[in-house]
Amino acid sequence: MHEMGIAQQLIEIAMDSIPKEMVNPKVEKLNLRIGKLSAIVEHSLTFCFEILSKDTPLENARLDIEFVPVTVRCDSCKHEWEVTGPEFGCPHCADGNVKMLTGREIEITSLELAD
Amino acid sequence: MEINIQKRVLEANETQAQKNRNFFKDQNVFVINMMSSPGSGKTQTLCRTLEKLMPAIRTGVIVGDICTTNDADRLAVTGVKVTQINTDQFGGDCHLSANLIFDAAKKLGCDDLDLLIVENIGNLVCPAEFDIGEDVRVVVLSVTEGEDKPLKYPLMFRVADAAILNKIDLLPYLDFDAPLAVDNMKKVHSRLPVFEISAKTQEGFEPWIEWIKLKVFEKTGR
Repeated sequence: MHEMGIAQQLIEIAMDSIPKEMVNPKVEKLNLRIGKLSAIVEHSLTFCFEILSKDTPLENARLDIEFVPVTVRCDSCKHEWEVTGPEFGCPHCADGNVKMLTGREIEITSLELAD
Repeated sequence: MEINIQKRVLEANETQAQKNRNFFKDQNVFVINMMSSPGSGKTQTLCRTLEKLMPAIRTGVIVGDICTTNDADRLAVTGVKVTQINTDQFGGDCHLSANLIFDAAKKLGCDDLDLLIVENIGNLVCPAEFDIGEDVRVVVLSVTEGEDKPLKYPLMFRVADAAILNKIDLLPYLDFDAPLAVDNMKKVHSRLPVFEISAKTQEGFEPWIEWIKLKVFEKTGR
């Protein structure tokens, strides 16, 4: 639901990263890393990005999203594993006070410009 | 040509949230971010909570809604210092961001407060993603919702520091399985303290009030 704001931030960060001296830059692809636990819906983000990128160097750029799995570590027994559902209990010990390692990223890693 | 960026998209919000955290520390005020789905009884829970905390704990409230000042009006009856944020002025956002909280906290004034409670916009998805510089996050679930809500919205229950199960006075009339709902919360977040209360009858409030008092004391020494 907040993908419009995320798309806006993406465009701002991308625009700031394009060298100022470039004439008519055209971005072909934005590479993103999005954690599977982050509250981002891909088609909603793409839709918002398409609207907001009109008449900018990012118009028609593709969002290439690498989804980052949710991984956690149990504080009690130090077991690390990938969480694939909503349950975060440690499969090895009953306690299972877990720490998130990955899965909440919303990052822009790079952009690719047309030659 | 590829340009390397490596930047967190929510960095601007995170930076502001840290600024808020420093501000709240300087003001020596403890901050609770209360979140829930719409209609879980957040405002009613807050009204009862404020009656029990004040005047011993000097409390202020920032309340967020897309539209209307209804919640602020209801809270003002308790005598609490309250300010309302309406996000329709900012594009009808579904969450409160750190910069809105900073402006609202300045407007409200925190120097005479021990506790600031932010009643976030009713939504179990987006507010979980946005740090506002709070000390703790509390999620409210009510027995008129599904027992599986924690499993459907795991991020919200993962990031919460405590949960409230509200409207327990309705349990005799519903098929709601309260132990299952609590169990589902613990599946997502095993050490989550859960307070089972009724904001209508005020049943179960004591442990919740004691928890807040302890947290406020731990930070502010008051």
